[in-house]
Order: sequence, then C-alpha cells, then structure tokens
Amino acid sequence: MGMGHVILRVTIKLLFAPIVLFAFYVQFHGDYGPGGGFQAGVILAVAFVLYALGFGLEETKRAIPPRFLTFGMAFGVMIYVGTGFLTLFLGGNFLDYNVLDPDSHHNAGQHLGILMVEFGVGMAVASTMLQIFYLFAGREAEPSDDAW
Amino acid sequence: MEIPFEPGFSWTVLIDLSLLTLLMLCGLAMVRMRRLFGVAMLSGIYSLLSAAFFVVLDAVDVAFTEAAVGAGVSTVLVLSGMALTSKREQRVSSRRTILPLAIVVIVGAALVYATIDMPAIGDPNSPANAYVGQAYVERSPEDIGVPNIVTGVLASYRGYDTMGETLVVFTAGLACLLLLGSGSIRGGRKVTDPAPSEDEASPVGEAPAPARPLSDGPR
Repeated sequence: MGMGHVILRVTIKLLFAPIVLFAFYVQFHGDYGPGGGFQAGVILAVAFVLYALGFGLEETKRAIPPRFLTFGMAFGVMIYVGTGFLTLFLGGNFLDYNVLDPDSHHNAGQHLGILMVEFGVGMAVASTMLQIFYLFAGREAEPSDDAW
Repeated sequence: MEIPFEPGFSWTVLIDLSLLTLLMLCGLAMVRMRRLFGVAMLSGIYSLLSAAFFVVLDAVDVAFTEAAVGAGVSTVLVLSGMALTSKREQRVSSRRTILPLAIVVIVGAALVYATIDMPAIGDPNSPANAYVGQAYVERSPEDIGVPNIVTGVLASYRGYDTMGETLVVFTAGLACLLLLGSGSIRGGRKVTDPAPSEDEASPVGEAPAPARPLSDGPR
C-alpha cells in the first residue's frame, strides 16, 4: 500500500468507528426515534464499503470474509422467522409478541419481539448489502472496445 | 368524524417548491449528461434532495432510508457497476427518441391530471390518515407502547409484511450471489472437480475434459 490517497485514508479511519456506532444507535434506538433494522443495516454496510473504497477490496475481505456474509444473510432472516415460530410455540399467533412476556403490563413482550425482529432485519440487510458490493466490486472490468 | 381542515399558505411551501425545483433540474441534468460518472453522482444528489423533501413532509423514517440506501449504497453500487462498462453513454439518433418522449409526456400528463383528485398535504380526512392510520395512532400506545409508531406498525402490526420485505432483500442478495458469485458461495475459494478416472472415460473415445476449476480464486 503506497502513500496515495493518504488524506482519504486518514479520514476514512476517523469516520469508520463513528459510522459503526451510529449504525448500532439507529438499530437499537429504532423504538424511540427514526430508524430501525433496515436503516441500521445499510449504515453498517456503508462503513465497510467506505473502508473498501479507501483500502481496497482484498483488505476488507480479510476483515469480513464473504462466507460470513452468506451466513449472516440467512441467519438474519432465520432470526426473524424464528421469532415468529417462537411465538407460535409459546401458544400465540405467528409474530404475536405479547406471548413472549404475557404477565407484563407495559408491553415488555412487544418491546422484546420488536427488538428481536429488528436485529434479524439489521443483520440480513447489512450482510446482503455488503455481499452485493463485494460481488460487484470484485469483478474485473472487461477491456473496453477502444482499449486496443 | 370530519375534522375541520383548511389548507392554506405556509412558508414551508417555499422550501417544498425550491426542493422540487432542484429535483427537477437534477433529473433534467441526468437526462442531458452523457458521462455515466456524472449521472451516478447526480442520482445520489437526487436521492439526497428527495430525503430532504421527505423530512419536510415529516416522514423522517422514509427520509432516513432514502438517504442511507439511495444516496449511500446505491450510488456506490451504480459506480462499481459502471466500472464494468463504458464511461460514456452512446448517442441515440433523435428519430428513435420520439416514441419514448411521447410515452413519457403522456404518462406525465396523466400523473399530473391524477394529482388534481389527491387530498391536500396534511389533510386529516384523507383516506391515508383517516381509517387504519388513525386506528394505529390511537391504539399504538396501549397495544405496543413503543414511542415511534412507525416502528410499531412496521415490526408488530405489519410484522408479516416486514418479514416479506426482509425475504426480498435476502433474495436479491441470493440472486446476485448466484449470478456473480463465480461458482462458489465460499467467496471464490478454489473448487476443483476430481479428474475422471480411466474407466469412467467417455465411451465414444473422446478425450475426457480436463478438470477445470469452477472458480479461479478471489479476483
């Protein structure tokens, strides 16, 4: 890695942690403010996309290997669907979160269920976005017609 | 129950108008521009402007999504897709643009005509605000108890819809993986077919095809 784009790289290093922190804030604060799993997942993926733009795709793939992303895509969806089946097995309807904590008088079951499905959404979206970026950015450009 | 509502002038209309004008200029510039890099950048700006417009409409969740997805991820994806193709759009002879232009003008005129029937912005009696929307606003504090009603509707009242949306995102990633994943879901690790043994060689006497790696490693 040469000294090219040194300002860009320092800026990306400075921005990376706040972006990831903001993603988690959006993820877990979605009940109280704007945001939620979809937005948080995209923001988390954007942090790594930014890293890849500055430091190269291979470096990013060493930090987060593509096979993790394949796993994360499926696991996020599984958390969501699994929450639905959990409520089924606890005796409620599909995705009826109240059965998660039936004795609560302040909707703790709803809070817990929303947190769980939003976590699944966030994981699925972040993994999918980064996976798509890997796949597009990892392809070599065909030589254009006027290259020879 | 009719709620009295008098649509009148407010100063935010000026913000609306300036944002919409900028959106229109942005769209026109995208049509005129031939350099695809500029078009990608302008589409990011377009998304950011529409995010600002959604904030004016008090739809902060939508604005957030538009800013993150439209201005962030899709610009990067369009750019990385653009790196695989040529940098300039080819010129099209003006005779071939007549039919698309006519279609665009007719559809646009129909849409403008349809807006005449639309309720005014913020009308509490409009169908979107009156029936089920009002019920969500009224019942959400005791049903769900989440301060952000949008999250309550998204994840609880319409949790089944959101599951479908998550599956759509998952399917999109899966389709990209299948189309561009170069044969291996494990990130392009080498997968080699075992060479066919002698007695499995083709009966017509052709030379057996050489073992070929399904994937030539990470590129």
